[in-house]
Amino acid sequence: MTFKRFFAVGLLVALVLAGIVSFYASSSPDGLEKVSAEKGIDAKAEDHGLKDSPLSDYGVTGVDNARLSGGLAGVIGVAVVLVAGSGLFWVIRRRPAEPAS
Amino acid sequence: MHAPDGFIGAPASIVTGLAAAAGVAVCLRGAQRELDDRTAPLAGLTAAFVFAAQMLNFPVAGGTSGHLLGGTLAAILVGPYTGVLVVSVVLLAQALLFADGGLTALGLNVCNMALATVLVGYLVFRLLLRVLPRTRASVTAASFVAAVISVPAAAVSFTLIYAIGGATDVPVSKFGTAMIGVHVLIGLGEAVITALTVSSVLAVRPDLVYGARGLIKPLELKTQGAPA
Repeated sequence: MTFKRFFAVGLLVALVLAGIVSFYASSSPDGLEKVSAEKGIDAKAEDHGLKDSPLSDYGVTGVDNARLSGGLAGVIGVAVVLVAGSGLFWVIRRRPAEPAS
Repeated sequence: MHAPDGFIGAPASIVTGLAAAAGVAVCLRGAQRELDDRTAPLAGLTAAFVFAAQMLNFPVAGGTSGHLLGGTLAAILVGPYTGVLVVSVVLLAQALLFADGGLTALGLNVCNMALATVLVGYLVFRLLLRVLPRTRASVTAASFVAAVISVPAAAVSFTLIYAIGGATDVPVSKFGTAMIGVHVLIGLGEAVITALTVSSVLAVRPDLVYGARGLIKPLELKTQGAPA
């Protein structure tokens, strides 16, 4: 498999997971939330400072269809993380040694 | 296991913020050796994959769910220093864009989900590879065990930090066991996803798995054995 094809397949898998499969994810509280609520260690938890942001809680504000809203948020997230991550990693990568002139 | 704001007090937020910044700074230096023209895009792809997989909460016992943390997976695929950065990029995007994980808890979350998982997960992975036969199956098996252990390691990290700087007076003895217990179960899910992903990449492009370097024999140029 060529590197290009590998990259394309990997990206497609990420997009399908975030854009489609995520709709079927469990909505139960996660381990930390559950234990925190049971044991009272979340007594002073605060609302998120950006809770009214347009993508808050993995949904797109204004899109009412839950499947579409969550899927769109997931696809946007994959794209943002890919671009931000690749950009960072590209900048700090090891450069091939400059040919001696 | 994204902690919201207000779980730990302001001093603990500052200390964990500084600790996370120091850890990330070390990894920014270390990752230079792991990243080149080929692996830099691969690391970006790994971050996108970890973000996507973190959306997939799977049910564990009793109305509780868990999701991939991804530190062990990222460390095995693209290297431990880069692995910490991969998870940190995901956590930063989640906190800033999706209001998942408090802004003042970002340091705490990086300490637990990026630093602790990679430190423990990658260490266990390397130790296991030392004693296992040098095969692809060993890499997959080691990734499974390392991933299982990395999740309760993150829970231990959270518990220790909460014990010192938590915002309430609930003693560790009240929640530590439950916290670690449920994360052992979540660790099993982490292990399945990690081992599946690592073995899939090994099947098609073993040369792209950082943790399998040295195990995969380079292609040998064989000449026909014609007697000279």
